[in-house]
Amino acid sequence: MVKRGYVRPLDLKQGRVDLTHGSGGRAMVQLIAELFAKHLGNEYLGQGNDGAVMPAPTVDGRGGRIVMSTDCHVVSPLFFPGGDIGCLSVHGTINDVAVMGATPLYLAAGFVLEEGFPLADLARIVESMAQAAHEAGVPVVTGDTKVVERGKGDGVFITTTGVGVLRDGVELGGNRVRPGDAVIVSGSMGDHGVAIMSKRENLSFDAPIESDTAALHGMIADMLATGADLRCLRDPTRGGLAATLNEIAGQSGVGMMLHEKAIPVKQVVAAACEFLGLDPLYVANEGKLIAICAAADTERVLAAMRAHPLGREAAQIGEAIADDHHFIQLTTSFGGRRVVDWLAGDQLPRIC
Amino acid sequence: MKYIDEFRDGELAKNLAASIRAEVAPGRSYSFMEFCGGHTHAISRYGLTDLLPPAVHMVHGPGCPVCVLPIGRVDMAIDLALNHGVILCTYGDTLRIPASDGLSLMKAKARGGDVRMVYSTIDALQIARDNPEREVVFFAIGFETTTPPTAVAIQQAGAEGLRNFSVLCCHVLTPSAISNILESPEVRQWGTVPLDGFIGPAHVSTVIGSRPYEFFAEEYRKPVVIAGFEPLDVMQAILMLVRQVNEGRAEVENEFSRAVSREGNLKAQDRVAEVFELRREFEWRGLSVVPYSALKIRQEYAAFDAEWRFKLDYRSVPDHKACDCGAILRGVKKPQDCKLFGTVCTPENPIGSCMVSSEGACAAHYSYGRYKDMH
Repeated sequence: MVKRGYVRPLDLKQGRVDLTHGSGGRAMVQLIAELFAKHLGNEYLGQGNDGAVMPAPTVDGRGGRIVMSTDCHVVSPLFFPGGDIGCLSVHGTINDVAVMGATPLYLAAGFVLEEGFPLADLARIVESMAQAAHEAGVPVVTGDTKVVERGKGDGVFITTTGVGVLRDGVELGGNRVRPGDAVIVSGSMGDHGVAIMSKRENLSFDAPIESDTAALHGMIADMLATGADLRCLRDPTRGGLAATLNEIAGQSGVGMMLHEKAIPVKQVVAAACEFLGLDPLYVANEGKLIAICAAADTERVLAAMRAHPLGREAAQIGEAIADDHHFIQLTTSFGGRRVVDWLAGDQLPRIC
Repeated sequence: MKYIDEFRDGELAKNLAASIRAEVAPGRSYSFMEFCGGHTHAISRYGLTDLLPPAVHMVHGPGCPVCVLPIGRVDMAIDLALNHGVILCTYGDTLRIPASDGLSLMKAKARGGDVRMVYSTIDALQIARDNPEREVVFFAIGFETTTPPTAVAIQQAGAEGLRNFSVLCCHVLTPSAISNILESPEVRQWGTVPLDGFIGPAHVSTVIGSRPYEFFAEEYRKPVVIAGFEPLDVMQAILMLVRQVNEGRAEVENEFSRAVSREGNLKAQDRVAEVFELRREFEWRGLSVVPYSALKIRQEYAAFDAEWRFKLDYRSVPDHKACDCGAILRGVKKPQDCKLFGTVCTPENPIGSCMVSSEGACAAHYSYGRYKDMH
């Protein structure tokens, strides 16, 4: 006897993504229901329409401004020590909204899946996203799935879009830095990029290097609550500390003087960089914050950061200076001085 | 980091700087060439010149494997990737070297060439094992440091019967380049490049030992101090060179004694001699054609020689007319003297090879030292 309306459940152990999962038919509906909605489901996603309807955002009972940001995630390998593309795609976009000083409210997620991708891996990724979104208190309210032919994708690409609300009076931006301002980082530089690279190059180190992927909005809220004069917040992802500071310096029309000794870099990360011929200042982070504030408020900001688990190692690493060339300079722990320039393309290992 | 932080200690650097200042004779100036790109990089990255007295000048030498590779050789590698359908394995640094027709290996890759970055010859061998139906060519460049691994890879491929693996050999020799500089009219006759001594290579010397430099010290009366690549190594070597000059000595001294012996790594030398022989001549960027300055694969291993296997011909290609890389590599000019430096030629859009590798004099000055040109 055939059960009425019986549909064989998705084979999450052995199954693979095939083109029907992207064709708009039953298979797609099933994938959404049994995987995406199951893990990411909430009252907004459950509405099941083309868009989610949400209440207009308010802060302290009053209307605020909307902040929106989007980020495509194409990381390889998909699973790495300390995280995976799932939690990364949640943290990354939450952070992009949060560094504007906004409270992140909702996420949208777009998946590009490659034909043949194991459903078990996809399930791990979606579960990890769900957990990250739950921990951050920012639900995924709408999404989309497409399947591309084998060889036309790299397993999974995820695009996430975040919406947040910004209280009146909070004004953060890359163009607000003035000479004399303090440059602060929330912790050690380069963990994420080195974790990825050591996995990619199949290198293992005695002490495992884990990605620092994390959502920063909690710590940022604590910092804003101090009332300190924060000028600019950024998360130094691709291109690392160096690229982010060069960008800010250009936008604000200032230079910066950093002090190598003050920049936190984990021993094991420094060693791996030494081995791979990389400079940790150019290596990506996914759970670190750069904060630039008025010099007088440095201690207040540092105290708020250090009181939060993600900012325990927060440190002032330098200050903004007047410089028409907008150079980021560094006093080396050796006693000399050099420029910390933009990077041309990827960092490539030297030969000698 | 153990064994590394000790050699980057700022306090020790201050003491060494004071010793150098005390040693420098009043009214005299000292010009030392650091042969290696590794030293050039260390000097720039740690801001070492800020610690030196004004009387000590560092002249950047040609010891950057990427910088001395002539365009014609990169063209051969690109030809292999685009027209012979091979998997071309290369060290990362060579990917961005500008070649003919506005191409580079990176751009060849975007046009469909199968170009793969490897960290070592072991990776290239593995790619050959994993792709038995494809031809796999390793683009072998570099001085004596990278030569032994290439030799081992060829022998390993022979032992395993890996018939789809071959090597485009562009290995060059340090002593020939030093002779070429010392014989150049700028140094010998005109004296436009004052050279009071050399900082000898670190990693190269672990392989060839300190003995090959004895000839230069004796014949040309130039002191040589072999130094490690850490900034304190370089400071110590400069102090030793200043002392030699002051005392009128021209000797080979070894600051890098923790890794370099007089004889070098004999096992590695044997492997290299088994697989390679001297090329009659080889074109260097900057130094032009230098006799007996490079290696080629011996007849016994011809099956692993990509030049032979794919019937490749070398075609010399002139550098960009306004590019001063040649003069910069010989120490005749400084990066800032080149018209293209920092305007047309930047790390994003390198015209000459010295702007490509972070060991190159132009890239090092552009990326680390530009603040010095501000005023």
